[in-house]
Amino acid sequence: MSETVALATAEVLPAVQPAEARPQNRSVAFRFLTQPGGWIPLLLVLAILVLAFGAPLWGLQDPMHIDPRVADQAPSADHWLGTDSTGRDLWSRLVWGGQDAFRGAAIVLVVALILGVPTGLIAGYHGGLADGLLGWVSDVLMSLPSIIILLIVAGLTHQNADVLMAAMGVFMAPGYFRLTRSSTIAVRAEPYIDAARVAGISHTRIVFVHIWRVIAAPIVIQTAMTIGVALGMQAGLQILGVGDSQAPSWGGMMSSAMGSLRTNAWLIVPPAAMLGLVIAAFAIMGARLGEITGNRSEKAKHLTRAEKAELAGAAAARAAEATQPNQDLMVAVKGLKVTYATAKARVEVVHGVDLAVRKGEVLGLVGESGSGKSQSIFALLGLLAGNGYAEAEAIWVDGQNVLTLPAAKRRALLGRTIGYVPQEPISNLDPMYTIGHQLVEPMRKVLGMGKAEARAYALELLARVGIEDPARVMGLHPHEVSGGMAQRVLIAGAVAGHPKVIVADEPTTALDVTVQAEVLELLRELQREQGMALVIVTHNFGVVADIADTVTVMKDGLVVESGAVGSIFAHAADPYTRELIEASSKTPSRAALDEGGVGAGAPAKGGV
Amino acid sequence: MLKFTVKRLVSAVALMVFVATGTFFMAHKAIPDPVANLFGKVSFTAEQYEAKKAQLGLDQPILTQFWNWFRHLLTGDFGTTWVGAPTPIIKDLAVRLPVTLSIVILGLAVMAVLGAILGVLAGIRPGSWGDRMISASSVVFFAVPGFLVSIALLWVLAVKLGWFPVSGYIKPERDLLGWLRSITLPAVSLALGGVVMIAVQLRNAIVTANSSDYVRTLRARGLPPRAVALHLLRSAAPAAITIIALMFVSLLSGAVILESMFNMPGIGSATKDASQTGNIPMILALTVVSVLFVVIVNFLLDLVLGWINPKARIK
Repeated sequence: MSETVALATAEVLPAVQPAEARPQNRSVAFRFLTQPGGWIPLLLVLAILVLAFGAPLWGLQDPMHIDPRVADQAPSADHWLGTDSTGRDLWSRLVWGGQDAFRGAAIVLVVALILGVPTGLIAGYHGGLADGLLGWVSDVLMSLPSIIILLIVAGLTHQNADVLMAAMGVFMAPGYFRLTRSSTIAVRAEPYIDAARVAGISHTRIVFVHIWRVIAAPIVIQTAMTIGVALGMQAGLQILGVGDSQAPSWGGMMSSAMGSLRTNAWLIVPPAAMLGLVIAAFAIMGARLGEITGNRSEKAKHLTRAEKAELAGAAAARAAEATQPNQDLMVAVKGLKVTYATAKARVEVVHGVDLAVRKGEVLGLVGESGSGKSQSIFALLGLLAGNGYAEAEAIWVDGQNVLTLPAAKRRALLGRTIGYVPQEPISNLDPMYTIGHQLVEPMRKVLGMGKAEARAYALELLARVGIEDPARVMGLHPHEVSGGMAQRVLIAGAVAGHPKVIVADEPTTALDVTVQAEVLELLRELQREQGMALVIVTHNFGVVADIADTVTVMKDGLVVESGAVGSIFAHAADPYTRELIEASSKTPSRAALDEGGVGAGAPAKGGV
Repeated sequence: MLKFTVKRLVSAVALMVFVATGTFFMAHKAIPDPVANLFGKVSFTAEQYEAKKAQLGLDQPILTQFWNWFRHLLTGDFGTTWVGAPTPIIKDLAVRLPVTLSIVILGLAVMAVLGAILGVLAGIRPGSWGDRMISASSVVFFAVPGFLVSIALLWVLAVKLGWFPVSGYIKPERDLLGWLRSITLPAVSLALGGVVMIAVQLRNAIVTANSSDYVRTLRARGLPPRAVALHLLRSAAPAAITIIALMFVSLLSGAVILESMFNMPGIGSATKDASQTGNIPMILALTVVSVLFVVIVNFLLDLVLGWINPKARIK
């Protein structure tokens, strides 16, 4: 309904990725024109434009001609849409009114573009004081109730429509400002802009050549939205009685029709329908453009419930036949496949993986990024993302084939039978809650503890994982602690339910080197102390050498090799395994770090 | 939290002072000779002119005038109207503001409640038909102004079915149900565009949160789905609240149009009259009051945001 809508629509629409929008300038126009959501509204708007600005050519009746003899007539051959209460021809007024509408929208656009885009470029490119000041002005404009100010402008300028629309343009400028600013900031951060600067191209050229190319598409989209909003506000002001009531305009027609709503309700239909049609046409064009330039084809496809049920049913049927080979195994996975659905296709990322870890033993799951290690782990936990699904002959956890369990029973294993330690400690704590809450909540809801009991247990666990002053840490939020401390908190959470197996997904990758050793040592201690099995995912053979009993090597979604750590190290059969061993021997091993004086289980260094 | 609150309060007050000062000088710049403007087409003598000027205090230097006005403003005194009988402006506002605010507040409530329900339903079942319906209709709903929706509603619910009055405002102290009936159509028309916008924002925020690392970890701890849903909602709430804050300004603008369509004596018609007659104190009062409401709402929503999301407090 006003400037905020233009702004918010831009935020709701898919974000335009600068890098993706760049090489497609030609094909965007082509793709837009070849789909019905593109050419139909475009043709419609063009037709209305031609109709409106060619008004003198169509031999229409005088839109201002008053003739009481033909007042309030229904549509007829003489008056296609009938006449209003003073006998003016509605069709003629509707066509001529288009001129007023588009002229107004054009003024709004020009003013908004001139004010919004250059300032957005300056603020985004230079930042600092200019950015702060311009941003503040933009915020102020957005917090003013524009219609009140516009009514005042209309009154003070004696209903000068052009000045009024220019003033409306000022209120629309923040939409362009914010869009240009954020696009410019995004582009500035891209390496090719730096490269251009290093190559000695001047600042202005960087701005105009590179940034312009990227922000052009979002600006066109914003323009489609702005036109719609401007037309709506213009008509709204005219309904309020702003402007010449004699001259034909859509809002003016609605304003006078409102007066005779009870006697002749038809009068409101033509202008309202026309305005709605034009605004919707612009909105649809903007959304189409957004979709095309936003490159949404790779968007994750969410599986419907029916699809999920079908997949789960098939998996359960197959799994029911499988029998567990060995009662000593804590976890055994057989023939695991993981597939992700995108809007276009289904992509299989894990192609039939077998994993096994004995009770109380440590399995190292090794492989490079993208080899499917983490996906296998999430499939084991039953926590794949919404568009991913797992199939397997069987997944045994503590003697139960989890694929045959109902969802609630499988979920009940989490936290009590299987614990999980993630990779990125900070992003795995809910930023909205205190650390204490995140430890205590599962203790109460999963382990059924009372409030005081849970709190005491949380304090005890925090102390056990090497956190000094646990009472203080309980009250902190995740953004207030270091990565190492966050990982200790997560480990404490994972072992809280005394699980029989812990699954740790690269638990040290995101940490400082010194902290890595401490966290790894903590995991090993807890594993031995509680007699848990441990599946530790890593890309580092050094970690395997230190902690694991057996090792499974993965590559491209398949198991390359697996066996006891000693024999694999001694004579790995696969060249890829040898490569990995080779690579990790060049980085400092756990033993070397220990000798460097980093004590096992030492309290967190640096603290908060 | 206290520091955060104080900071927000200071910036809200600064904005109010800025807007009040700016409007005062701009209004006086736009009407260089308010006295002549007030006489309009009526002829007047030099004595009448000077008398009026002195009566309105316009014979004093502009800075003195500003200080006098601003000083009174701080005590909540908007001065007296220049047009018609010199009654205190606050009296007129006390009649008109409730009309506009009734529509805005009911509209905001409808918008927030419906938007939240739809957004949560779509967010927890992405890809369901309801979710797809909301996404598909959102484009048009964002764009089509509320008054067009209201025309359709008026046509069906008021003219054809007669469930609601076609126009007019009924004071709540006279007839509570009548009041509700009189503001329902404008408020609902006002809300519809925002409902979809909030729903889409909330839906996207929930979907994003649902695929976030920490939610997976909460699930891995064995937290039951209902407890996980609370975490999702809290993560997604700021997105919806930000949109509500943004929408409040446009709701106010929309309400001004709608109250006029429904023939209600709100601040819209007062603004139009005041600016046409050059009634400067009234113009200033209307601007200051409407901005004040926007600032208050934004301030409160900022506090809510800071309370929900501890990270927002540092910024």
